[in-house]
Order: sequence, then C-alpha cells, then structure tokens
Amino acid sequence: MFILTDVLYKNILNIRQLNIKKGSITCIVGESGSGKSTLIKLLNNLINIDSGEILYDENSIDQIDPIELRRKVVMLPQTPAIFNGSIRDNMLIGLKFSQKPMVKDDVLKDLLKKLKLTASLDKDADLLSGGEKQRIALARILLMDPEVLLLDEPSSALDEITEEIIIQILLEFARDKNKTIIMVTHSKKVVNLISDKIIEIKRGKEIFEGGDVK
Amino acid sequence: MNGAMDLSLWQMAASYLFIVILLIIVKTRGISREREILISSVRMTLQLVFTGYVLVFIFENPSPLLTVAVIIIMEIFAVNNIYKRSKNSLSRSLKRIIAFSMVSGTIFSLVYFLLVVVRIAPWYDPRYFIPIAGMLIGNSMTGISLGVNNMVSNMYTQRLLVESALMLGATPKMAAKEITDTAFDSAILPTINSMLGMGIVFLPGMMTGQILSGTSPVTAIEYQIAIMMGILGSVSLSVILFVQLGYGTFFNERSQLVIEREEITE
Repeated sequence: MFILTDVLYKNILNIRQLNIKKGSITCIVGESGSGKSTLIKLLNNLINIDSGEILYDENSIDQIDPIELRRKVVMLPQTPAIFNGSIRDNMLIGLKFSQKPMVKDDVLKDLLKKLKLTASLDKDADLLSGGEKQRIALARILLMDPEVLLLDEPSSALDEITEEIIIQILLEFARDKNKTIIMVTHSKKVVNLISDKIIEIKRGKEIFEGGDVK
Repeated sequence: MNGAMDLSLWQMAASYLFIVILLIIVKTRGISREREILISSVRMTLQLVFTGYVLVFIFENPSPLLTVAVIIIMEIFAVNNIYKRSKNSLSRSLKRIIAFSMVSGTIFSLVYFLLVVVRIAPWYDPRYFIPIAGMLIGNSMTGISLGVNNMVSNMYTQRLLVESALMLGATPKMAAKEITDTAFDSAILPTINSMLGMGIVFLPGMMTGQILSGTSPVTAIEYQIAIMMGILGSVSLSVILFVQLGYGTFFNERSQLVIEREEITE
C-alpha cells in the first residue's frame, strides 16, 4: 500500500526502505521526538518529503491530488480536534469535509454505544472530557470508512478498559473490511495485541522493522 | 443660504485654551498623558492646516491628474497603515492581497458611487471626489485592518483545528471557513454598528458639516444615506476580496498549512 524509498525529511527522518502492506496493522514506536508523527504526516501529504519517494497504491504521492489522498488516507491527530457544535456535528464533520453522504442518527448512536459513550448527540462537544473527545474524533474517522487510518496515539487519554474496546474496534475494522491501519503508539498492550508489524524509529535516522508479529 | 461663520483668531485660540485647561486637569490628577494630548493636538493642527491649503489649491486648479494623484497617495497611505497596524508579521503574498483588495474594492465603489449615484461632472471634480474617496478609503482601511488582525491571529491560534480539517479531507477553503467568516464579521461590524446608531445616537460627521455650512438637513441626509451605502459597499467589497483571497496564502499548492511555527517532531 505504501512504499517508501530513500525518504529524507529535514534532519528528522531518513528512511532507506519501508513497505507497508494493504490490510495490515502497523505500529510505530520510538522515544518522544524521534519523528513518529512526522512519518505519518508524510503518508497523507500533510508535509512534503525533501527527497526520495513515497508510493501509495503504486502512485507517487506528489502526483496524487492531496485532497483526494487525504479522503482515502485519513489521519487522527494526537490532540483530538473538536469543532464548534454538538457531538452529532463533530461526528459528521469528517463526512462533510470529505463530501461523503451523511448518515442517520441511528448509525451515530450505535457507534457511540460501541465506543462506550453515553452522551446525547445534541450535547455540546466542547463539554466532553479528554478521553471522550478522543473517542468522538475516532468515531468521526471510522464513519468516513477510509482505505487507510493514520492514528497518532489513539489511546493516550483512555483508561485500560476503554483502550481494550478501542483495540477491538480497530481490529474489526482492519480484519473485516481489509483496511490498513498505521498508528503511533506508546501502549505496549496495543503493540502486543494487534500489530502485524512494528516499526521502531530511533532518533529518526534508523528504522528497525520488526517482522510479522503474528 | 448662509455659509458657516468664519472663526476668528480669538475664537480659534479659545479652542486651544480648552485643551490647556484639560492639560492642567490631567497634570494635577497625575494621569501621565500630557505628552500624548499635546503631540496629537499639535500634529492634528499642522496636518489640517497643510491639507486645508492643499485642498484650496486643488479646488482652484481642478485637473484629472491632480485628483488621481491624490487618490493614489491616499491608497498608499491606507495600505501602509494596514501593514503597520497589524499585530502579527504579514507574509509578502498576504501584503499583496491586502493592497489589491483595498485598492480594487474602494476604487470600484468610488467610481460607482460618484459616476452612477451622485453623477458628478466633470468626473474628477475634486470638491466631491476627494472627500468622498477619503471616507470610502478610510472606512475600508479600518475594516480590512480588523479583518487582517482577526484572520492572522486565528490562523495561528486555531492551526491545529485547521490542520485537523485537512486531515479529514477538507479543502483549504472548507478548513478555513470559520476563520474567514469571523474575519469578515469583525471587519464589517464597526460599519454596521455605526449605521445602527446613526441619526439617533449621533449625527454623522459629513452630515453635521453640511448642516453647519447651511445646507438643508434634508439634503444633508440624502447625501449621508447615499454615502453610507457607498461606505458599506466599499468596506464589504474590499473585505470580501481580502478574506476570499487572503486565506489561500496560508496554504501551499499541496493544500498544506504553511504557518511559521515551532517544528512539531513528536
């Protein structure tokens, strides 16, 4: 799905060769400041590489329309973005931005239940706790049903039980729909439970690829 | 029609005496603003005396060239004033868009207003052209200035939200929509507010001037209504141009947010 060759980004990243397969779950680990978030931002062209090449589905990323790319390769940032409006508005905003058809309230309610959120759809989303906001932001991108999910620490603000729920949901999403997930995480549990492949970044310079975990 | 009374030298002196009394009060009260009051009074006097003589010269020698030159000078001052009043540093492309929206928005409104509404003849008649241009340019300047400050600071403070929208597949236009909408609101709000208070809370300057000079209040009001339409149009047009073109300078051709920022490596 993604093939990176001789990728250079400032003096943050230097990747000789990296291959991410379709339908796999990849975890990116490494210490703070090693360039993990930078790596996933390269994959949806939120930033440009300085040299080298990134292929998405055999096309060079700089040849693909960036908006189209980001509608297929959707990213969840580390700090969940909450836009003005209700929970409903916030869940639907991804579909709105990517100009996809809206969904009914029932679908939203089911998803909230799955994510163990009990708040009403009309509640002002700004009043939610950090962990709740994180789940709303995740719900939003799951609704978009993209080819690839780029997740930046999706479980950092969650307690253990909620984390397990999120892990299950992501696992289902990848397995049942043959979708690709690439996530930055510090959670050993997430890495151990669902990763097909582990990428360790050390000071951005060296990339260690763990083989198939399972 | 009897014109306004000419103020004698003594009467002018009395108006300064008023400021002197104010200065004494300010001084004894310990409000350390004497300097500012003094400087602004002197500066205003010199500027207006100078402008008075320039206007007398221009009115006595009407020529299209002179009128156009005055408009160009006004526009240059206005655009520079917007740059100077900006709290954040402005990119070169944003400056270009500010200048473009300011000049095209005001000139279009000015031409429409003078040639279609008031129908002055000759078209360069400085007695109409210059004061009316001043009002349109001045108000648009304030409007764009507010819009620029609002947009630039919101782009900085809300960059995570804007970038998140891009991550969800938004076009730059969608991602910046809230910011451009608030910038537009903040820019035209003063004009809207002054229209709401007009005639009840205060009599606008132009109308007051005409009434003082002996014009019938009805005529003065006709002009005032027409000029307010012109001001509203000019402010809105230049601000719309600015926000519609301006947000684009914060994105590059790959639809990435390009704001000077601390590098986020984590």
